[in-house]
Amino acid sequence: MSKYLLDKFLYTVDRDPELVERYRAEPRETVEWWESTMANSLLNSVGAEDSTWQSFAPAEREALVAQDHVKLFELGAHPFLTLTLFIAMFERDNKEPLEYQKAYGARLAHFSLPYPDITT
Amino acid sequence: MASIVAVIASTHHPFYYRASTSTGEDRPPFADEWTRKILAFRETLTRANPDVLVMVGSDHFHQLWLDNMPQFLVGKAPFYDANWYNEEREFGLPRMTLRGQEDLSGHILRSGLDAGFDLAFSNELRIDHSITCPIITLRPEGDLPIVPIYTNIFAPPLPQPKRFVQLGETIREIVASWPSDLRVAIIGTGHLSLELGGPRQFGPHGPDPEFDQRAVEWIATGDLDNCLREVTLDSLHAPGNATHGFMDFMLMMGVAGAGRKADHVDTLDLFHTMEAYFTWYPNGEPA
Repeated sequence: MSKYLLDKFLYTVDRDPELVERYRAEPRETVEWWESTMANSLLNSVGAEDSTWQSFAPAEREALVAQDHVKLFELGAHPFLTLTLFIAMFERDNKEPLEYQKAYGARLAHFSLPYPDITT
Repeated sequence: MASIVAVIASTHHPFYYRASTSTGEDRPPFADEWTRKILAFRETLTRANPDVLVMVGSDHFHQLWLDNMPQFLVGKAPFYDANWYNEEREFGLPRMTLRGQEDLSGHILRSGLDAGFDLAFSNELRIDHSITCPIITLRPEGDLPIVPIYTNIFAPPLPQPKRFVQLGETIREIVASWPSDLRVAIIGTGHLSLELGGPRQFGPHGPDPEFDQRAVEWIATGDLDNCLREVTLDSLHAPGNATHGFMDFMLMMGVAGAGRKADHVDTLDLFHTMEAYFTWYPNGEPA
């Protein structure tokens, strides 16, 4: 289990317009590419200093491949990161203002307090 | 010594810029009332005639990240570029560059460290909407030098609420001891009840209007006793999963001082969250 790595995926994709489009269009390819090239990248350093131990648990990888924001919430991914990236990818497919955001919340309606812990 | 001419606490709603600048069919029905309230709020800063702005906010995973996360950080740089691609994308926020007041940054860092706050610092900081939203609402000219101060209300483990209050009290003392004849306004932004990425998000009101009512009362009357009695890191989950941003309001209550009634109080009940605006004049209302 690595909530940190889930968050790192969401964070690094959300801040890069090309990766946002790539993840929207080809989720499995993007997740596999990211895990093999970016997961161990120390973000303020060069490739020679990469970490050696980061990888997704199978359920985490599948939640990202499936773009399943409900599962990501359950796994403790930071909800701000998930929401921001998913709005960027999918709000465009909706017509009414806030239609996507409301549906996103409704899909989480079965969660009650306390929500899954997001502490990394 | 420097004078603190205004203390201001506010929500930071990233949709204000787009709502207030939109026209015709794109203009939401609440935009006119919202703009009126913001213009009145802006006037409370303008009347104080500040030279420098200390800006308290919280980075939303833009520059500060989980591999290296500070709890409290002071910017010390000659300039601050502002707003990020994903804020342009989602909120339509403009990019901007603000000048820094490095001398006051250095004074806050040295004095804060000596007062028992192990402050982190940044010499190259791109600030986000927690600081640019109050620039847009309160000083859209962006012409005054700033000192940005970031708090961690976002990535647990978080500091305790009382620590935010104590930091606010300390910031007030430090700014008042700055050997300068400049006029300083201290501005901080946070949230009332708020849910982001959870089942209660984007409702017709904030997720917990009752909490919002109590919170506005605490802030408006400077009621730190009741606020600190009721608010804990655990209790803030109940009003909404992003409500820990309320601790930035608690920091500003510390700046204003216990028992200090705000001189300007206004709220606006919007979809998704309640807006709230407070101004204190520590030296009395400007003439």
